[in-house]
Amino acid sequence: MTELSAGNTLLLEEEEKTSLEAREFGFWIYLMTDAVIFALLFATYAVLANNSAAGPTSQDVFELSHTAGETALLLLSSLTFGFATIAMTLGRSGRVVFWLIITLLLGICFLAMEFVEFQGMLEKGAGPEVSGFLSAFFTLVGTHGLHVAFGALGICVMIGQVLIKGLTLPVRSRLVRLGLFWHFLDIVWIGIFSVVYLPGVM
Amino acid sequence: MTPAAERSLTTYLIGFVLAVVLTAIPFAVVWGGLLAGPAVYVVIAIAAVLQVMVHLVFFLHLNFKSTPAENLFFLAFASVLIIIMVGGSLWIMTDLHHRMM
Repeated sequence: MTELSAGNTLLLEEEEKTSLEAREFGFWIYLMTDAVIFALLFATYAVLANNSAAGPTSQDVFELSHTAGETALLLLSSLTFGFATIAMTLGRSGRVVFWLIITLLLGICFLAMEFVEFQGMLEKGAGPEVSGFLSAFFTLVGTHGLHVAFGALGICVMIGQVLIKGLTLPVRSRLVRLGLFWHFLDIVWIGIFSVVYLPGVM
Repeated sequence: MTPAAERSLTTYLIGFVLAVVLTAIPFAVVWGGLLAGPAVYVVIAIAAVLQVMVHLVFFLHLNFKSTPAENLFFLAFASVLIIIMVGGSLWIMTDLHHRMM
């Protein structure tokens, strides 16, 4: 009887592993579709970047020091998520929670900076309704910001799961997928400062 | 720390340093006005492409050995789609722009 249940447990563990691998692959496909969405928003922005309709141009509204700050926050948060992943492989749940909280704080600071930037632009009369350039800008950068907000929400959920459930196999798998998502957002941000901000201030 | 964890820590730190350098270069070029004209765009583009690759290799741990072949296949597929759609949009729209002048 005990032998049979032990065999069953083994079988279940095997099945769980296969299912988690399938989920990781599915998540990868989702990331690739997301990459295509962002690529098209980039293309839209590149096409519309000079169409400022006699309104504020990119030189008027972009602040490079602000962008540098946002870049630093996001890059650091990628590193701290990496530290959380390492702590996970070592099985130290306290460390995982610590680094996830640091990552979350960096992500929230990034969102706050973006909010301040958007607010400042709206006050200057540079809202998304003013010109094609500003519509494309708010759509592209706003979509990225929305993703970061969802990523931050995901970190909150995973902090709760690590604290309550511990580092079980499914929790590890979710954490790995959240890591993929978070690093992916950093990659999109590279595109944003290279396509939007740096050429925009010249 | 286990040797494997130490290795991945080194990987993350190397990736981070490379990413910082590859971010600093285009910012310095634009901020300091070190270059002028199309050369700036070339520097920005090269730094961006390199940094995306650094992120894929050092943060997403992409490689030809341990990454499943399907994942690499979908990455290649998405890259081709992106090149066609972004390149095509820019081509068509700049052409239109020139004809409307």
